[in-house]
Order: sequence, then structure tokens, then C-alpha cells
Amino acid sequence: MSLPSNLFYTKDHEWAKIEGDQVTMGITDYAQAALGDITFIDLPKIGAQVKQAQWCATVESVKAASDVYAPLSGEVLKANVALAEHPELVNKSAYEQGWFAVLKISDQLEKNKLMNAQNYAEYLKTLTK
Amino acid sequence: MQLIFEKSRPGRLGFSLPQLDVLPAVCLPEKYCRQTAAQLPEVSELDVVRHFSNLSRLNFSVDTNFYPLGSCTMKYNPKFTEKVAALSGFSDLHPLLPQLWGGGMLAQGSLEVLYNMERLLSEITGMAAFTLQPLAGAHGELTGVMLIAAYHKANGEKRKHIIIPDSSHGTNPASAAIAGYTVVVIPTDSEGALDMALYKKALNSETAAVMLTCPDTLGLFNPKIKEIADLAHGVGALMYYDGANLNAIMGKCRPGDLGFDVVHLNLHKTFATPHGGGGPGAGPVGVSEKLVDFLPISRVIRRPDGTFALDYHKRKSIGYIAPFYGNFGVILKAYAYILALGKSGLMEASENAVLSANYCLARLKDHYVVGYDRICMHECVLSAARQLEHGVHALDIAKYLIDQGFHPPTIYFPMIVKEALMIEPTETENKETLDAFIEAMICAAQLSESDPDALHRAPSQMPIKRLDETKAARQLDLRWISKK
Amino acid sequence: MNYIAHTEIEKKEMLKVIGVSSVEELFKCIPSNLRPKSFNLPEGKSEFEVFEYLKLLANQNATQLTNFVGGGFYDHYIPAAVDALASRSEFYTAYTPYQPECSQGWLQAIYEYQTIICELTGLDVSNASLYDGGTALYEAAMMAVRLTGRKKIIVDSGVSLIYRTMLYAYTSNLAIEFVETPVVHGQSCREDIYKHLDAKTAAVIVQNPNFFGAVDDFSDIVERVHTFGALAVASVYPVSLGMLKSPQEMGFDIATGEGQSLGLPLSFGGPYLGFIAVKKEHLRQMPGRIVGATVDKDNKRGFVLTLQAREQHIRRERATSNICSNEALCALRALIYTSLLGKTGFQELARLNYQKAEFAKATLEKVKGVKVKRSAPTFNEFTLELPKNADEVVLRMISKGFAGGFPLGRFYKGLDNYLLVAVTEKRTKEEIVHFANSLEAALCS
Repeated sequence: MSLPSNLFYTKDHEWAKIEGDQVTMGITDYAQAALGDITFIDLPKIGAQVKQAQWCATVESVKAASDVYAPLSGEVLKANVALAEHPELVNKSAYEQGWFAVLKISDQLEKNKLMNAQNYAEYLKTLTK
Repeated sequence: MQLIFEKSRPGRLGFSLPQLDVLPAVCLPEKYCRQTAAQLPEVSELDVVRHFSNLSRLNFSVDTNFYPLGSCTMKYNPKFTEKVAALSGFSDLHPLLPQLWGGGMLAQGSLEVLYNMERLLSEITGMAAFTLQPLAGAHGELTGVMLIAAYHKANGEKRKHIIIPDSSHGTNPASAAIAGYTVVVIPTDSEGALDMALYKKALNSETAAVMLTCPDTLGLFNPKIKEIADLAHGVGALMYYDGANLNAIMGKCRPGDLGFDVVHLNLHKTFATPHGGGGPGAGPVGVSEKLVDFLPISRVIRRPDGTFALDYHKRKSIGYIAPFYGNFGVILKAYAYILALGKSGLMEASENAVLSANYCLARLKDHYVVGYDRICMHECVLSAARQLEHGVHALDIAKYLIDQGFHPPTIYFPMIVKEALMIEPTETENKETLDAFIEAMICAAQLSESDPDALHRAPSQMPIKRLDETKAARQLDLRWISKK
Repeated sequence: MNYIAHTEIEKKEMLKVIGVSSVEELFKCIPSNLRPKSFNLPEGKSEFEVFEYLKLLANQNATQLTNFVGGGFYDHYIPAAVDALASRSEFYTAYTPYQPECSQGWLQAIYEYQTIICELTGLDVSNASLYDGGTALYEAAMMAVRLTGRKKIIVDSGVSLIYRTMLYAYTSNLAIEFVETPVVHGQSCREDIYKHLDAKTAAVIVQNPNFFGAVDDFSDIVERVHTFGALAVASVYPVSLGMLKSPQEMGFDIATGEGQSLGLPLSFGGPYLGFIAVKKEHLRQMPGRIVGATVDKDNKRGFVLTLQAREQHIRRERATSNICSNEALCALRALIYTSLLGKTGFQELARLNYQKAEFAKATLEKVKGVKVKRSAPTFNEFTLELPKNADEVVLRMISKGFAGGFPLGRFYKGLDNYLLVAVTEKRTKEEIVHFANSLEAALCS
């Protein structure tokens, strides 16, 4: 299971790549593996204001629907439209081609509530026990 | 098999209509007429008959296979009830006739069926009155929640949430939500019952109702049910009974006596009307005295002279929830079934349903993990957790059973049991059938250790193998389109 | 009769395996204070006795009247093959096709049914059925609310009062604002609809033909509705779609309707068939089960329930709808019916209904004192203005052997002298002429 060290992570298995005042987000390799073949993603709407740890997207597999929460608060700048035609990109490339959205960060301090790769790895261990 | 559309040949006819016996008038102005005709198939009557006869043979059904689908009560559907529903006096009756002035007299037979059925269901469940309008179980739930909302509104209250256990049918939270309530989910405790501590914590003056299935979806009867009801009533909340599992308790206890205020029944489960490949069902709703005024209109009444009539003058009614009086054809079949079984027959149905389920449980509990090892009611929930250690899922066992000629149990429900297999044998299956099914289940358990791939490959005896459901959801193909 | 197979000996064997001594012991978990306070039911009867009793009741219903009552529910002929095929118990005693390998017959039938509904309405996608035309319209209204995020709905009063009442009942606990616009000269009043149409409007709902029987071309309304970002919803009578402009041709986003006229008996109000079809882009918000085509491991075509993650058994309180059981067997009847009629037969059926109704209009117009409302064209149902209270006239017509129509005064204030008359392909020239003569007699007496 891949856990890039340049990313931040949430308890709900979202990842965040912070670059200046913007953050790219998606779901982790762990999350995509747990969901299985992803069939549809209801992406955040451009221009919408999302709040940290609150609902911003939904991921569907054949037999499940899971909510995705925003890793940080902010305005949605971009959404990955390629996922509409190719939801499998999330399964194949959770951290690169399978990104969900880019947000304009409204509160840099919220970053402190996220986990780094090492902490997230520790957290995953507690889940598999 | 080819689609009916693929069998179409231009110019082929399947049915003859009467010749026009009047002089044709001018056509409708063009702006009202369609430009492109609907591309319906052009096939002969025999083409149609053979197509659908052959399609029917690709289904498992109660009449051809044991169908122990948990929570669905796939009991035998007596044939004579079909004959009753097909009587032209019932099937050709226009629903607006009794709404004509003096028209009640044109529909006395059907009105009597409705009136009597309401009373029978009231007695079976211990409720004050019933409406037969809801067209399916989930529709009954929505009706019930609307009644609850109307009751609180009449008391000048706007309550916000409905409490539902995590083991509930998905329709419960969905019905509560679309009627405008938020849903508070209570987990199940280690005994398989509602977690009382968390329940008490969630219960307050904002609670509109508590929705429960009894026996619950684990097939267990909760002896604390009265306490749960008393606590709910203590804060002014109402008790809602999901009647999906009524087949376990007829004559053994009644929701009304347990303290429930609203009850929906599934006539297509407990009262033996056929499931029709997913419907039509019927979901009558019964209520306690304090909710009677809110029931949907119309109500069927009996006049002093013994005739029956429709009453629309109910000021507090929630209104129409169905166009007419419910799925009359279904209600009629259930009525015939209740009359045939009678008091003893209904009690025996529940007794034998519970006996059969416990027999399956007793014979299978050494081979499968049992979530909660107690006497069950009309269904038992097993887990394929032990088989999973060999890489075999509940789904694989289900597919193996198909090869053996059995419709699989309900799988992955209730969601709180890992790899759940929910078996509801019903009272109408004989012991040889139960034994054969049990043997197949034991075989599956053994194969999961000796040859798990045999289960992964199943089914191999059916016209098709396992289907690519991911492809179905990603590359949507939801209708036939002409290649031309 | 209880349909139970266990013999006493078998019961004892089973109890022994379970490890209890009696069946009653299995119910020990129900405390004695929770046992029934009463269970006062009649004892069971034989099949013969029950059948004879119900036959007696059936005979008390007046189904021998020559029927001119419609009101959205029509007396069409049902080909014998519909009953024969829908009575195959491999169809009717099956459950929802959750296990596709042993349910291909049902799944393929639903896929074919979805195609039929798409063809009739012209729209892109449909589902495995809803309960009836009224609940289908409610689901469409809720779809529009979800899709637009708006809460105001304009409903034309040409929409059946039964359906409007249902819409209001279902939404009474939700903050949805309904505005009713009037029917003027039989058709929807554009001016009034446009007056209320604004950026807060989720949907405009109309019916074709409307409750008075009038047909319309709603293209202008739909176009205007779309300029406000709202959705256009039509409730349609499927038999009329053999002739009338389809919802797609008028630009509607959602079409719903009552499928009873497609091979289902009137059966005193049910079971009926709600159908819905929507534009592709609205698919994810459409309620109910959907069947899709796919392939098996050997690349062979097969069918499965798909997009289930929208539904209550997975998404629970976040589901698009709470619907579970639908009207599958009724959908099957509609599929068989439309397959038998076929492309040209279905058009011919519509033509027969239209022409017979036109003949009836011309014939009834000659009855003294009777006026046919001709301000708008109609399909197979139309409105008469009578010189007397329509209720009384209908009562007199009953004694002459006719279910003579539906008095509009019951649903519309001030229309006490108006009668809604439906004429299907089943009504012969002789019956129509006899109906007119009897009406004349009823008006004189």
C-alpha cells in the first residue's frame, strides 16, 4: 500500500497535497482498496465552499456508497472531470490521476489537524487489528 | 436469449384490433402529433408467447425452487387466490364507480372485502384501525411516518428525529428521511438487541418515533420491547412497527399489545400473495386509537342498514396517499388466504415457520458461525466468517446454492453481521426440502476448506456465469437501441 | 387449510434436533404478559367455501355496465396472451432479481420494459417501475427539488386532482411551495404559469391529455421553463403516445404516468403501474430499481440490477427514494401488451380511441341541451356541458345500463353540470348511439 510522504492524511482516508494556498485532495490507496471497483464519483461542485471534515463528495462502488470529507476548508477551484468517464482511475492511481478536487485553502491552521504519512501508517495499523 | 426487439420483423403483427366502425373524423392538427413512432417490436403472437415462456424458465421461483430468502417470507402462494382475483366482478370494476352519486351500490362486493379485511388485520395485530391504501411495505412506512408527523403537528409539536436501530431494513431510515425527519441510529448490543443505554441517551422530547422490527432482522425477539415502548411514550414519542417479520408471531403476540402505535404489514410476505418478481405488494397500515383520525381518505364505513360506503369527510386526514383504495387485487388474495387459514391456521403458520427456522439453525450451527446463539424466530442469521478464512465469501456460497437448485438466502444483510446469510425457510416447505438445503449448505462449508475454487467458480450449471457488475455500472446500458 | 407439510412425526423429529420438547418452547422468549389480549378470528374454511363466498361478493359489483368512465383509468381490451404469460408462476412467484444467475428471465424482461417506456416517451432512461401514476409524479417532483436545489413547484390544475392531492399529502411535512395555475378554455394558462415562473422554481408539472381530456403542445412552456433553470415534468397517458407528441418531442425533462391502460385490469384501483422516464443527465436522481446489460465471465450477454448505490438498501437515509417493492408483474404485463400490439398496432389503437371519441362527440352533440366542449382538441376523453346536474344524470344512466361518465363537480368547484366521458376502442358504434339516446331520455325525464 502506497503512502506518499509529501501528502497529509485524514482519519476518513482522504489525502491532501498542500501547495501554497491550494490543496489537491482525493481518497487514499487504503480507501480505494476497501471500496473495490469504483463505479461513480459525485464530485464537489466548482465554486462551492466546503468545510474541513464535512461532506464534499460521494464515491460509489457496485454495492456501496461512501461519503468523502474535505481535508481542509475552502472554495472548490477545480474538479477532476476525467473521473466522470473513468472512475477506475481512482482504483489505478489514487494519488495522481485519481485526484478529486483542488481547493483554495481558507484556513492554513487546519493543516495541524491532519496526519503525516507516518502517523497515518500507524493509524492504519490500529484499524487492521 | 435474444431480446424481443431483436426478434422484430417489419410488418409482422401480433394482435388484431377491431375495425373502425365509424366514419373517420379529421385528424388532430399536426402540432399535437408525434413525429417519430415508438419503435415497439413487430412480432407474431407466437413469437411473444414463446419469448416470454422461455424467459420465465430462466427464473427461480417459489413454484419451482426452494426460496429461503431471509426477510422476504417466500412462502407458497395458494392458487385459488389467483382465481378469486381474476373474477370479472372484481377485476373489471372501475375504481371511480363508488365515487359517483349513488355509485356505492355498484361496488358493494369490493367495499365489503375492504371493510372486513381492515377488521381482520386489526384483530391480528391488536390495532384500532387499518388503512389498506399503501401499495407496498415501504409505502406503508412512509404513510406511517406521515401519520406520526400529522399527530405531532396536531399536538402543536414539530419533532425532529426518528430513532432506528442499525440492524433495520434500509427502507426504515429512507422512509423517515423522505418524510422530513433526521435519523438517529442506535447500535445493536452484544446480545443482538437494541443497545438500551444508547437508546435512552438518544430519546428526548425531539424524538418523533422509534421504528423497530419485531422480531428484529436478526430473527430474534427482544423481550425488552415493552420497556422500549414505555420509554418512548414517556417522552411523547410514538412506536412504529415494521411488520416485515409478522410471520413469526401470529397469535403469539400482537404489536398493539406490545405498545406499538403504527404498524405496517406486507401482505406479500405474511399473507401469501405472490411477490411478482418484485411487486405488486401491499402495505396496509394499522394505528392505535389516537391516530385513527389521521388515516388517509377514503375510509370504508358500514351504514346502519348493513351496506358499505366511502367516507371522505375526515378533517384531520393526511389525504390521499394512493389514487384509490390500495392494491385491491393483492388485498383480495390476502383476504382469501386469511379466510382459508382462519385463527388456527394463522397460528400454525407462525409455529411451523419458527420450527423450520430453528431446525435449519440447529443443523447448521456447527458448520457456520452463528451471530447470536439463541432460539430464533422465523429466520436465522448465519455468518460465513469461518469460510472467509479460506477466501470464501457469503456470495460464493450463494452462487454454489444456485447450482444446487436452491435460491440463496439473503446475503450481506443485516449489515451488522459479517458475511451474513439470512435463512427464512417459511412454514410451507416440507422437511425433505429443508434437509436437502441443509445438506447443500454443509457441502458448501466443507468445500470452502477442501476446494474453495469450486465455490468461486459457481454457478456453472446456469445459462450464464457470474456477471460483471462493475462493467454494468460503469458502462451503462439500460435500454435496447436499434443498431440501424 | 394451512398449506403446512410437516407431519406430527416430523415435527417431533425436528424438535428433537433443536433440543426442545414442544413448539411452544420456541416462543418462550415472548413473556406471558406480552401474549395477545385477544385473537378473535373466524376458523379456517375450505378453498371451495371461501371461493363461493368471494364469488358471491364479486357478483355484487356492477361490472356489467357499459363503461364511459375514464378519469385517467381506462377500460381497454386485454389480449388473452397477456393473462396467459403473466400467469406463468415462474414469473409471479419469483422475488426481486437480486441473484442474476437464477433471474435472467425477469432481468431481461425489465430491461425490455425499460426500453418500451423510453420508446413511448422518447426519453433516455427508465426504471423497473413505480407504484402508480400519482406516486410516480411525486417522485418526479422530488427529483426536481433535488436536482435544482429549489423548493417551488408550479402545478397546472389540468393535472388530475387525485395526483395533486397526493403531491400535497406527501410533501406536507416538507417546506415545498406549490402554486396551482388555472386551465382556461380547456388548456394550461401560459400567462399564469409565466407569472409564477422564476429562479426559485424547481419544476412545472403538466398533464397530457389533461384531466378534461384536452391535448396540448407544451413545447412553448417547456422552453420558457428551461430559461429559468427549472425542470419540465409531464404526466402522460401511455395509450395516447401512439398518436400524440411525445414528452421528448416537447422537450420535457421527466415524464411519468399511469400504465394501467397497457394491459392491466381496472381491478378497483390496483395493482397499477407507475412509470417514469428521464433525460440521461438526471439518471442518478431517478428512484427505483434499474436493470442494465453486461457480460458474464465468458463474455456472454446478461442482465443485472445496477446503480444500486442510489437505493435504500445501500444508502439508507441518503437514498433517492424509499421504494423497494415495485409493480414488476404489472410492468411485465405492459411489456407483453405493447409487444403484442407492436409498432403499428399501438398507433392503430391510438387512432381507434381518437376516432371513436370524435364520433361520440359528434353523436352526443346532437342530443338536445348537451354541449361538447370544443375549445381544445381531445384524445379519447372529453367534457360535456349538461343542462342538469351531472350527478343526477349519471345516476339515471346507471339504471339504463351505463357507467355514463365522471361528473366534474366532484373535483372542480362550479362544474356541477359538466360530465367527463371516455371512449376506448372497446365501445362500438351501436353502444355510442345507444348511449346518446339514453342520455337524451335521461335528460327529458
